[in-house]
Amino acid sequence: MAKYLIVLFLLFLPVEINALTAEEIVRKSQEAFLYQGGDFKARVLMKLITKGGKERIREMTMLRKNYGPLGGEQKYFIYFFRPADVRKMAFMVYKYPKRDDDRWLFIPALNMVKRIAARDKTSSFVGSDFTYEDVSGRDLEDDTHTILKEERFNGKECYVIKSTPKAGDVNYSYKLSWIDKEHFLPLKEEYYNLKGELMKVFTADEIKAIEGFPTVVKRTMKNVQSGHRTEVTFIKIDYEVGIKDSLFSERSLRRPRKKWIE
Amino acid sequence: MINTLKKSVFLLATSLLFLGISSIACAGELFFNGFVQGNYSANLETSNPNGDDFKWAEEKVQIKIGGDKDPFYLFLKIDLSYDHLDDETDLELREGYIDYLSESWDLRVGRQIITWGVGDLIFINDIFPKDYEAFFSGRPLEYLKIGSDAVKIGIYPRFISAELVIIPFFESNNSPKRGRFWMFDPMPHITNRHEEEPITNLGNTELALRIYRNLIDYDVSLYFYKGFFRQSSMLPNNIPSPTKITLFYPELSVYGASLQGRVMNGIISFEVGYYDSRQDRKGTDSMIPNSQTRFLIGYQRQLWEDFTIGLQYYGAYMHDYSEYETNLPEGFPKEKRFHDLMTIRLTQLLRHQTLKVSFFSFWGLSEGDYMIIPEVKYNFSDHIWAALGANIFGGGEEWSQFGSLDKNDIIYTIIRYEF
Repeated sequence: MAKYLIVLFLLFLPVEINALTAEEIVRKSQEAFLYQGGDFKARVLMKLITKGGKERIREMTMLRKNYGPLGGEQKYFIYFFRPADVRKMAFMVYKYPKRDDDRWLFIPALNMVKRIAARDKTSSFVGSDFTYEDVSGRDLEDDTHTILKEERFNGKECYVIKSTPKAGDVNYSYKLSWIDKEHFLPLKEEYYNLKGELMKVFTADEIKAIEGFPTVVKRTMKNVQSGHRTEVTFIKIDYEVGIKDSLFSERSLRRPRKKWIE
Repeated sequence: MINTLKKSVFLLATSLLFLGISSIACAGELFFNGFVQGNYSANLETSNPNGDDFKWAEEKVQIKIGGDKDPFYLFLKIDLSYDHLDDETDLELREGYIDYLSESWDLRVGRQIITWGVGDLIFINDIFPKDYEAFFSGRPLEYLKIGSDAVKIGIYPRFISAELVIIPFFESNNSPKRGRFWMFDPMPHITNRHEEEPITNLGNTELALRIYRNLIDYDVSLYFYKGFFRQSSMLPNNIPSPTKITLFYPELSVYGASLQGRVMNGIISFEVGYYDSRQDRKGTDSMIPNSQTRFLIGYQRQLWEDFTIGLQYYGAYMHDYSEYETNLPEGFPKEKRFHDLMTIRLTQLLRHQTLKVSFFSFWGLSEGDYMIIPEVKYNFSDHIWAALGANIFGGGEEWSQFGSLDKNDIIYTIIRYEF
C-alpha cells in the first residue's frame, strides 16, 4: 500500500523533480561541446592578440575521435601550418578521463617525436589563453557543480553553474558557466582567481549547426587582467569523417596523409 | 672517388627532385618557405688556435620546397651560407627526398635526417651522423643532425611498426676542427694524417632497424644497427715512433631498446644499447674502442606553469677492460672502466611562450667535467626570433669529453627571419 502511495505522490509532484542536476547539466554540456559526433575534423585559425593589438597567428588542422562512451577516452591530432617556424609540427594527445593525458610532439627540423611532460591543467596551449584542459575538457568529477541560478544571456535561456575544483590543481578558484538550455553549449564562462577576482572570460561568439550538430565556430578566451586574448575560428568543420585509428600514431606525426590534414 | 660518386648521386637526386617538384607545382600543390639567419659566436676565454676570435660567423638563407600529391611527397631543404671565418660561400643540400605512402607501408629515398631514441642530447641507438662542431659552435640545435643519404622503408602492420634504414654511403660525424677548437691530441706532433672512410660496397652498406609499438601506455622500441663507428679511431703506422696517422672508422653493431611513458606526473625514459666493436671483440686492440654497454635513465616533469625540469643519468661500461689496460701504449690517457654523467635541463616559458629561458648542462660524474648551456630566446613576432646563449666547458682532465674543450667557451647569438 505504501508503495502505491509513493508512486501516487511522485505523479503529483511538480515537474521540477525531473529537472536536471548540476552534474547532469555539465555532463550534457561537455557532450555537446567536446564529444559531438563520433569524430570531428576542423581547420582552426587561432589569433593571439596582445593588449596593444599585436597579433600572432596559429593555423592548424585539428582531428578528434571518441573512444568508448561520451565523457570517455578521446584522441586528438593537431597539425600546424602557421607560423612558418612550426610548419609541419604535429601534436597528438590521448585523453583519459581520470588521469593526465599522454602527449607527443613532432619537431620537423630534427625529425624527432618526443613525449611532452606539460600538465593539462595549467599549461597554455601553444602560448594562447587556452589551457590544454580548455581545449580537450576537464573531468566532470574534478569539480563540485552547483546551479546558481537560471537566467537569460544574450537572449538565450541559460543555466548558470558554479564549478569549484575539489583539489587545488588549477590556477583558478572557481568557474561560472552560462549553459544554453536548448543545446547545452557554454555561451560564457568566467574564471575567478584565488583572490576571488575575475581572471579569464570565455565567450562562444558564434554558434552554427554543422551537419546537424550545434557547434561553436567562433570563440574567445580573454585574460581580463593582462588584456591578452585569443580568438579561435573553426573554418572548415566536418563530423563523422571516419577517422581511422592509425591516424593517432607516431607514423602520422612524422608524415600525416594529406587527406587528413588539408 | 666516393666523394665524386656522392656528388653525382647528389646532383642526380637534386635534379630528379626538382623535376618531381615542378610537375607537382603544375598541379598547384607546392609550398615554399624558409628563413634568413645570422649566427655568430665569440670566444669568451681565448682566441682560436688559428688566431680567430670567433668560433662561428655566418649568414644563411634556407629554402624549403615541398610538393604533396598523394601518394607522393617531395621535399628539398637547401642552405646557402656565407662563412666569414673562412670567407667561403657554401651551398648545402640539408635534406632532399621523395616519399611514397601507402596504407600499410611507406618509403623515403634521399637525404634525410633521422632521429631515434629517447635521450635528450644523449644518443645511444641514434647512430645517425651528428655535427658536434655545430653543437659546440653555438649553432641552432637542428644543425647537430646531419642528413643520411639513405633509403628508409616503414612497415606498419596492425600490431607493430618497423623502420628499416639502408645507408649505402658512409657519413662520419663532423668533429670540431683543430684550427678553431682547442682539443686534446695524444700525438700532437704527427701532422701527417689521412682519413680512410669505409669504401662504398654492398658489404659496407649500413643497416639500421627499429621495431616499435605502444605497450600498456609505454612507447617501446627495439633497435639494431650494423655499420661503423662515426667517430674516427687513430692508427699510427709505427707505435714506438710513429710518423703517420690513419684515421679510420672501425666496424660496429649496436643492439638496443628503449622505453618511455608517464610515471608520477612526469615522463620516464629508459634506453640501453650494447655496442659490439666487431673489429676488436677481444678488446686487445688499443686503437679501436672496446665493446660497451651504454644506458640512460631520464625523468622530466612540469613543476609549475610553463616550467619543466628534465634529468638524465647516463652510463657507459667498457667490456674486456683488463685487455684494454694491458694493451694501452705508454703515454696514452687511460679511460675509466665505467664512465657516467648527468644532465639537467630547466626550461621556463614566459610572455605567452614568446620568451624561453633555458639551461642545459652535462655533469661528468666519473670525469669531473662539465658543459653548461644557458640560453634566452625571444620571438619578436611570428616571423622574427633571436637567441642569446653560451657554451661553458670545464673541469676534469685535459683529455676528458668536456674538460678537453675547456678553452672553447663561447657566447653565441642567432637571429632569424622566417618566411
